Order: sequence, then C-alpha cells, then structure tokens
Amino acid sequence: MMNLTLKIWRQKNANEKGKIVDYPVSGISPDMSFLEMLDVLNQELIEKGKEPVAFDHDCREGICGTCSLYINGRAHGPATKITACQLHMRSFKDGDTIYIEPWRAKAFPVVKDLIVDRSSFDRIQQAGGFISVNTSGNTQDANAIPIEKEHADKAFDAATCIGCGACVASCKNSSAMLFVSAKVSQFALLPQGQVEATDRVMNMVKQMDEEGFGNCTNTGACEVECPKGISLENIARMNREYLTASLKG
Amino acid sequence: MSGIFKSSVGRKFAMALSAFFLMIFLVMHVSINFTSVFSEELFNNMSHFMGTNPLVQGLMQPILIVGVVFHFVMGFVLEAKNKASRDVGYAKNVAKDNSTWMSRNMLLTGAVVLAFLVLHFYDFWIHEMTIKYVQGDMSGLVDANNAESGFRYYDELREKFVSPVRVLIYVVSFVLLSLHLLHGFNSAFQSVGANNKYVKSLKGFSKVYSIGIPALFIFIAVYHHFTH
Repeated sequence: MMNLTLKIWRQKNANEKGKIVDYPVSGISPDMSFLEMLDVLNQELIEKGKEPVAFDHDCREGICGTCSLYINGRAHGPATKITACQLHMRSFKDGDTIYIEPWRAKAFPVVKDLIVDRSSFDRIQQAGGFISVNTSGNTQDANAIPIEKEHADKAFDAATCIGCGACVASCKNSSAMLFVSAKVSQFALLPQGQVEATDRVMNMVKQMDEEGFGNCTNTGACEVECPKGISLENIARMNREYLTASLKG
Repeated sequence: MSGIFKSSVGRKFAMALSAFFLMIFLVMHVSINFTSVFSEELFNNMSHFMGTNPLVQGLMQPILIVGVVFHFVMGFVLEAKNKASRDVGYAKNVAKDNSTWMSRNMLLTGAVVLAFLVLHFYDFWIHEMTIKYVQGDMSGLVDANNAESGFRYYDELREKFVSPVRVLIYVVSFVLLSLHLLHGFNSAFQSVGANNKYVKSLKGFSKVYSIGIPALFIFIAVYHHFTH
C-alpha cells in the first residue's frame, strides 16, 4: 500500500481563479487505476463534507477519450500510448508527490477543477469531419469499392484518434494539428472521403484557427503523448491537402 | 489562394519556403568563404564577382534581405500567437520527455542568430555598401587608383578575425545556428507536407548539413584567427 501527496488543481468554475491544493492519500493499492485512486480521494472528501474533485471519465478502458489529466507534467501521465484511465498506481512509488492538472489551452477553458470544455473539437469536426452519403436506398456498398491496403491501414490508424486532446495539452503551442490532421486523413485516404476533400480540409483548418489553437512547430510532443500513437505523417498529409485545396481555390 | 497565408498551415508553409531559401544561401555563402582557406586569389575573385555583378546585387541581394526579414518577422509573429494560445501554464511540465530542446527553443536560437546578423551586417555588409555606393568605389582594390594594389576582400576578412572576442561571438552564434537547423531542416519538410520514406531518409543528411555548415563557418573564423 502506498501513501501519496496529491497536488490537484482546484477551480470552482470557469470565472474564478484556481489554485493547486495538497491532498495526502494513504492505503493506495498499486493495482488501482489512477482514476480509482481519485475515487478513493473523493470518497474521503465527501465523508468529510468537502467538495469532491471534479474530473472527466466515462468508459475507463481507453476508448472514449473523456479522461483528460495532466499528471506529473505529462498528458495522461508518465506511461506512453495509454489514457489516464489505463494508468495504474504501480507507475508510482510510495511517498511520491503527484501533480494533477487539467489540459491547458485557451481553446479548452476550465469548466471546473480538472474538467475542461473540449467543444472546440466538436465544432472542428462539424466543420467537415464527415462524408455526405446518399441514403435514399441505392447507397453503394462500401465493401464493393476496392481500396489499396496501405491506404486502408493508414485511414484506420488515423481513425483511432479518440479526440482526447492530449496533443493540444502537450504541445507548447496548444496546437490541434494532430487531431485535425487525423480527422482529415481518415477521409482523405478513402475514395468515399475524396469527394468533399477540398471543402473538408479548408473548413476544418479555418475552424481550428478560429478556435484559437496555436501553430504547429513540429516539436513532435503530440505524437509522443498521443494514447493512440497518431503519427506526424497525418499533419504532413493535411498540409499537402490544404495547400492543394488552396491552389484549386 | 489569396487567403492561404492567413491560415496557420499557410503561414507555416511560407515560413518553410523562406527556410529552404536561406538554407540554400548558407551553402553558397560557406562555399565562397571556404575558398579563403586555400586560395586568396579565388576568394578575392569570387567576392568581387558577387559584390559587383548586377544580377547578384540588384536582384539576389534584395530577395535575400526580404527572405531574412520575412523569416524573422514571421517567426516572432507565430511565436506571439502560440504564446497567446495558452493563457495559464502548467505547475509541472516535463517537456523534455516528449520533445527536443532544439524544437522548443527555436525563438531563442533564432534570436541569437538575428543578433549575430546585426554584427555581421555591421562588419561586412554596411562596410561594403559604404565603399561601393556611398564612396562610389566599385574597383574592389586596396587602392582604387592603383590597379597593382590587388583586391581588398581577403585582407579585410582576415582583419576581422584578429579579435578573439569576435571569433568567440562567431563560434557561439554558429553553434546556436546549428541547433536551430537541427530542428528547422526537417521541420521545413514537414511544413510543406513532405513526410514519406524518401524524406525520412533525409534525416541523416539533415544532421550532416545542420552540423557541417555551421562547423565550416566556425573553422573559417578560427583558421584565420590563428593564421593571421
């Protein structure tokens, strides 16, 4: 069992200033997940009549992209290619001090404590992250369209992006390029997505810029911290798509 | 097409184009400078050609100045926007675990190179412009009235590197340029959308370029300092 000191960002709401508050926790099993450890802390706080720490979570198995914690200076914690909910306490030692902070970006304003508003990602997706399909009854079977395996694999890899925002959180510029490029790529690589490719990339990049994300400076931090290992190749592909679309006017 | 440079992707594209241009210029610059190590005559002749050729002076030089100014101004503009995109920083951030020092400090290394360029312009460019376009001496000779006096470029170059302080400034500046290039070279390719198996094989070349070109500049300065 471990005894830890947690340094957690507490903020009542979007309008009030927040601060780091220290919480000692004891009796933490190395087999607990990180979120279960926070559950233990919250149970103690509730029993003492104090406000529990608000944090985002849903599936708790690395699929939904909801958990969004900056743990000890890294998005989703010290391990790579996992989300915070997949992080276990065996990654820490007895007596450790752990910083827990929300994603930091102007485009991800803090709602409360460790919860941030990531609706900017939704608006980028709505700007072009879809394909228009004729649903009148004569839709072509997608499996009837031959697709080169390399393209299918890369499209699938891009589509594994869960939109958690770790790329933005870990980028020194708060750039959303990896997220947007994954969404652009998953369609650009497939024939179904190429019909609207020009409008898609132009509209998604425009929305990304309007949301206030920073510029990509190719540090590669996003790729390292991405729980799904989305490649920087996607950013290069989006750059190509955007420049080609711009030339087409 | 007109709106391309208003977007984040377009601005990075423009930044990369100016970087490619400057990287090609560096190769040309160091090639000419390096001739001073083994042939005074060749260096003098090439310097005179570059300093008096109308195409170089009237077209290439203004393009170069615009390229340099654009690269620096755009670099500062992008950095300001990037800083503004995160209003509250992290209490603890271990950036070294996910990115290189060079990639995170392009503004710092770029600013040092900019400061060096001010000294470099003062040392050579303003001096040249004054002689050629203020004093009206396009001869390139030590004594404009004496054709036997020979070209002045080689002697002026060696004179600059007598000072150990100046040589030290040159060395530090080119080390910083090397660090700037170690990230910038590959980053420029990524920004124009080139990231495939061919470009990945360029990574080895990028290290040779990023260390080799500044190392040659340093060698030239140190060589002239110790052989003067």
